[in-house]
Amino acid sequence: MHNITPYSSPEYFVYLAVLLLPIMIGLWFGKRFKWYESIATLIILVITFFGDKSLQGISLIFYILFEMLIVFSYLKYRRNENNKNSFWIFTSAVILAIIPLAFVKLDPLLKNATISLFGFLGISYLTFKSVEMIMEIRDGAIKEVKVGDFLRFILFFPTISSGPIDRFPRFQKDVLKIPSREKYMEMLKSGTNKLMLGLVYKFIIGYFFGTLLLPKVSILALSYRDQAPLGISWALVAYMYVYSMYLFFDFAGYSLFAVAISNFMGVNTPMNFKRPFQSVNIKDFWNRWHITLSFWFRDFIYMRLMFFMMKKKLIKNRVTMANIGYFALFIIMGVWHGETWFYIVYGLFHATAMITNDAWLRFKKKHRKQIPSNKFTKAFAIVLTFNVVCFSFLIFSGFLNTLWFQ
Amino acid sequence: MNTKEEKIISILQDVTGLDNVGSDPDEDLFADGILDSMATVEVLVTLQDEFGIQVPVSEFDRSQWSTVNKISDRVAELE
Repeated sequence: MHNITPYSSPEYFVYLAVLLLPIMIGLWFGKRFKWYESIATLIILVITFFGDKSLQGISLIFYILFEMLIVFSYLKYRRNENNKNSFWIFTSAVILAIIPLAFVKLDPLLKNATISLFGFLGISYLTFKSVEMIMEIRDGAIKEVKVGDFLRFILFFPTISSGPIDRFPRFQKDVLKIPSREKYMEMLKSGTNKLMLGLVYKFIIGYFFGTLLLPKVSILALSYRDQAPLGISWALVAYMYVYSMYLFFDFAGYSLFAVAISNFMGVNTPMNFKRPFQSVNIKDFWNRWHITLSFWFRDFIYMRLMFFMMKKKLIKNRVTMANIGYFALFIIMGVWHGETWFYIVYGLFHATAMITNDAWLRFKKKHRKQIPSNKFTKAFAIVLTFNVVCFSFLIFSGFLNTLWFQ
Repeated sequence: MNTKEEKIISILQDVTGLDNVGSDPDEDLFADGILDSMATVEVLVTLQDEFGIQVPVSEFDRSQWSTVNKISDRVAELE
């Protein structure tokens, strides 16, 4: 046996189909078999994490116990009315919750083989959920959590490896009620559509770009590396577009699976993509690309930072404040992707793009009458945004690292 | 229209720089692009100061704060 990455092989879909059937029959007849869902989750976790040496699985168990300890301790602290809502206790809880992820992410920097042993597939996404819970406990949006609810939310298997990142109060609303037969019919229908679309995205289009085309353009681009400064060639341009297409179809395909399987279980997990390549500017793009992640960053980092700076009156100028926020957000996002120069540059690039975009929007507001706005300018905006985004993905791909330094 | 709503509208006008905000108290402020994240935070901070309420950022569910009428309801709840 070996670990099976969710949604990566026909085997996994067969396991899913068998395990889901009782859940779906139950929901059809208006019942949620809580115990059965726990057992199904356990089986999926075993398939995903305990296939080979079980190292990932053991890490997962320790990780969950650790996060549980933090979340429930903090909850207990907040529920005691004698306690003040201390900023420092809150911050410590968040930092503690992030420590396991930080260790795993530091690995490429330290090149220490023992650290990476603690990692497991999806640790980032579980950490996002835990941190979200701590933040909402602080704000009083979450007042009560049962151990079972915590585990069900954190370990919800359709989304365990790569999101979409749900929010605890939203998730609870879905799992605590049973959809009417009519509603459930709709969910089954939309879930099936998403599943089919996901198959096309990930296993046909994604496969075509990622497995068939990408290695070819990669070899081609590398063969031209000495022909021009910085190794720039048409093949490199081709690599940029091919990689961007692969990235989208592979991840959007995966996300469609995760939402589809959630739907079959009567849960409306939020969608992750909304036609990102039709964005008219970079801000619009982040509202359409990996939506649950960018909204997580927006709500829990950007807005909080803005709130803090505004309340403390740290900076007077609104534009400066927003720009600092963008840099903070995108550098954190870059660091989260990994401690390599290209992820950090990717973050800086997007922060700069956001700031430029904001400046343009301010300029446009002031000169509304002089600047034409029609379907040609819109088409131009979409093409421009698409190319800016694809260029950022070229940075993100790490291919420039191979091209220049290896 | 009561004074609370007038006050909210004037905050929205100050933050966005748009004079016609609030002419329709059921207009969706997020869907129509009137409020972005930055403006939202500014509105929340101002509401805190003006009404002496605590608006938790994460309890801030966009759908619950999306129109002038809804903001007014939330402020009333928190007061």
